[in-house]
Amino acid sequence: MSDYKEMWTSLGLDQQTHDAVLDLVGKTYQEMFLSQKNRPKGMEYFDFVVSEIHGLRIRELLDAKAEGRKVIGTFCVFVPEEIVLALNAVCVGLCAGAELGFEAAEEYIPRNTCSLIKSAFGFKLAKVCPYIEATDLIVGENTCDGKKKAFESYGDLVGNLYVMDLPQTKSEAGKALLKAEYLKFAAKLEELTGVELTVENLKKGIETVNNKRKAMHRLAELRAANPVPISGLDVLLANQVYFYDNPERFTASINAICDELEQRIANGEGVFPKDAPRILLSGCPMAVPNWKVPGVIENSGAIMVGEEMCTGERGFRNLTDDGANTVDELLDKIVDRYFEIDCAVFTPNKKRYDHIKEMVKKYKADGVLHYSIQFCQPYQIEAMSVEKNLEKEGIPVLSVDTDYSQEDMGQLKTRVEAFIERIKS
Amino acid sequence: MISAGIDIGSRTIKVVLLENREMIFSKVVDNTFNPMETCHALLEGLSYDNITATGYGRHLFADHYRSEVISEIKAFSLGINQALPTARTILDIGGQDTKAISIDEKGRVRKFEMNDKCAAGTGRFLEIMAMALRYNLDEFGTEALQAADSASINSMCAVFAESEIVSMLAKGEDRARVARGIYHSVIKKSMAIMKRVGLQGDIAFAGGAAKSTALKILMEEVLKQPVLVPEQPQIMGALGCAIYSDALVLDE
Repeated sequence: MSDYKEMWTSLGLDQQTHDAVLDLVGKTYQEMFLSQKNRPKGMEYFDFVVSEIHGLRIRELLDAKAEGRKVIGTFCVFVPEEIVLALNAVCVGLCAGAELGFEAAEEYIPRNTCSLIKSAFGFKLAKVCPYIEATDLIVGENTCDGKKKAFESYGDLVGNLYVMDLPQTKSEAGKALLKAEYLKFAAKLEELTGVELTVENLKKGIETVNNKRKAMHRLAELRAANPVPISGLDVLLANQVYFYDNPERFTASINAICDELEQRIANGEGVFPKDAPRILLSGCPMAVPNWKVPGVIENSGAIMVGEEMCTGERGFRNLTDDGANTVDELLDKIVDRYFEIDCAVFTPNKKRYDHIKEMVKKYKADGVLHYSIQFCQPYQIEAMSVEKNLEKEGIPVLSVDTDYSQEDMGQLKTRVEAFIERIKS
Repeated sequence: MISAGIDIGSRTIKVVLLENREMIFSKVVDNTFNPMETCHALLEGLSYDNITATGYGRHLFADHYRSEVISEIKAFSLGINQALPTARTILDIGGQDTKAISIDEKGRVRKFEMNDKCAAGTGRFLEIMAMALRYNLDEFGTEALQAADSASINSMCAVFAESEIVSMLAKGEDRARVARGIYHSVIKKSMAIMKRVGLQGDIAFAGGAAKSTALKILMEEVLKQPVLVPEQPQIMGALGCAIYSDALVLDE
């Protein structure tokens, strides 16, 4: 660890607070992940990744920078990673999942802002995130009102923010807007990296990202087995690491875990006993180290079999078609792929309900836990229709509103346990 | 065969003993800063074959005693189903939670809702408001019932409601009208939660707050239908646990 002290100082991190953060992540990881029983051996890779969360990966980013590559930070699954990779840049997710620096953040944004946004400010202001500090460009995106207004002041804070506009309807005009924004983004990156988009580099970028997605699809499908061969917490972790790891190495690690899980399924082995209650998680994204609700679920004897969220299937769901022979046509294919994302900022967003139901069926879930971050209006409002829609078809739903604090653990446990009792009876 | 149930709540701890499904003992004591010590004192001298725990201290209890654990939702559903078999909707107002549960004829949970992390509409809210009005809990209820109408309380937050009340009194508002208004704000909050589970069939009202006759009477006025309150509303969770212990033995 001491090897990295100098690197962290050079990035301008606050040593004391940063030490405390790493300590907390380490402890929480120990309690929630390492204490799990019957984990697949392949998860050791992720244990290593987490133990080096601010170490080795940051060194890799800095090495890439030394070679002249650029590091692009993102907050949203709408940022087309294919383009970033095509231009020889590195893509890292910056979403933060801890209640840190909130007081300082409240000098920029109101108290009743969602934890996800507050945490992005908190991590910057508390000087604890080496990823933010290592970026050459941070991409903000106009999804919800909270984010788009917050990015106005975030830009002043970080100094290297680029804001991408996003459509709010799945219309032709909306699609044209997305295309225009991706073109602008590509031009911005070309200027930053000094590399031009070509059919070859774009196809290569698409291939790399598609391979990552295919590995996640493979992993997702294995969770339909009974008993389930891997815990939901472990898969959620993989989904979180998906956003900042080296993509080729990540893909290989997931595929290795899948090989192991196929063996487990053949042997009838699982992490939880056969017929354990199965829960599909749906709703807002969960950034590292936001493991609160999944921890409550799996410590109460139920197992998560899927995540309908950005850190889950909403993020990795569709592949990008690379069947085109010009840069512009390939960009159209990229737009086609991203335009399918069922984010709650779209109106209407009915396809999301169908996707949740499809996932319930595919992964044989007994019920859906809808998770909203408090003050996230798009998901909180949609939660009500999701609940009505699913309950009508006999799918039990528990809708939970919470934030990054720990003080509602008692209430959460009661609700989750009662929900598990309900789906068992 | 004696089966026991214990409900370790935020304000009180309740215990029930059943012998052949008949209640042979029940007791309610105030919780303290050391819930396990209180449980120990409460159980001392009682003999039973097995026990099930619920309430906020349920897991802590199971760490110390050989005990089954069920959620308050399940416990209240089982308890009410025995005490008031016709009830299909349950409102439980406890110290720090308000819960609405929809159950079937066998006492199985169909749907439930709980208040968010906030004291508004809970038993503790009523206690704090009674204190702000300088009433003891009995006076608080009788005075509220005697008021001709309700003052309108807008704040849903316990802290803000207290200052709203203080400023009402400062403006010369009638104390009993304010008391009635407070009851109505709790009812409004409870109704919202009950509607989310679907207000079906007979309604049972339990938990510590159900000891308040005023709350029951005013709720009946709003709902325009009778509200059933079990003889000992506070022990329904402990009763449900004892029933669960009993059924476990039958299963074995």
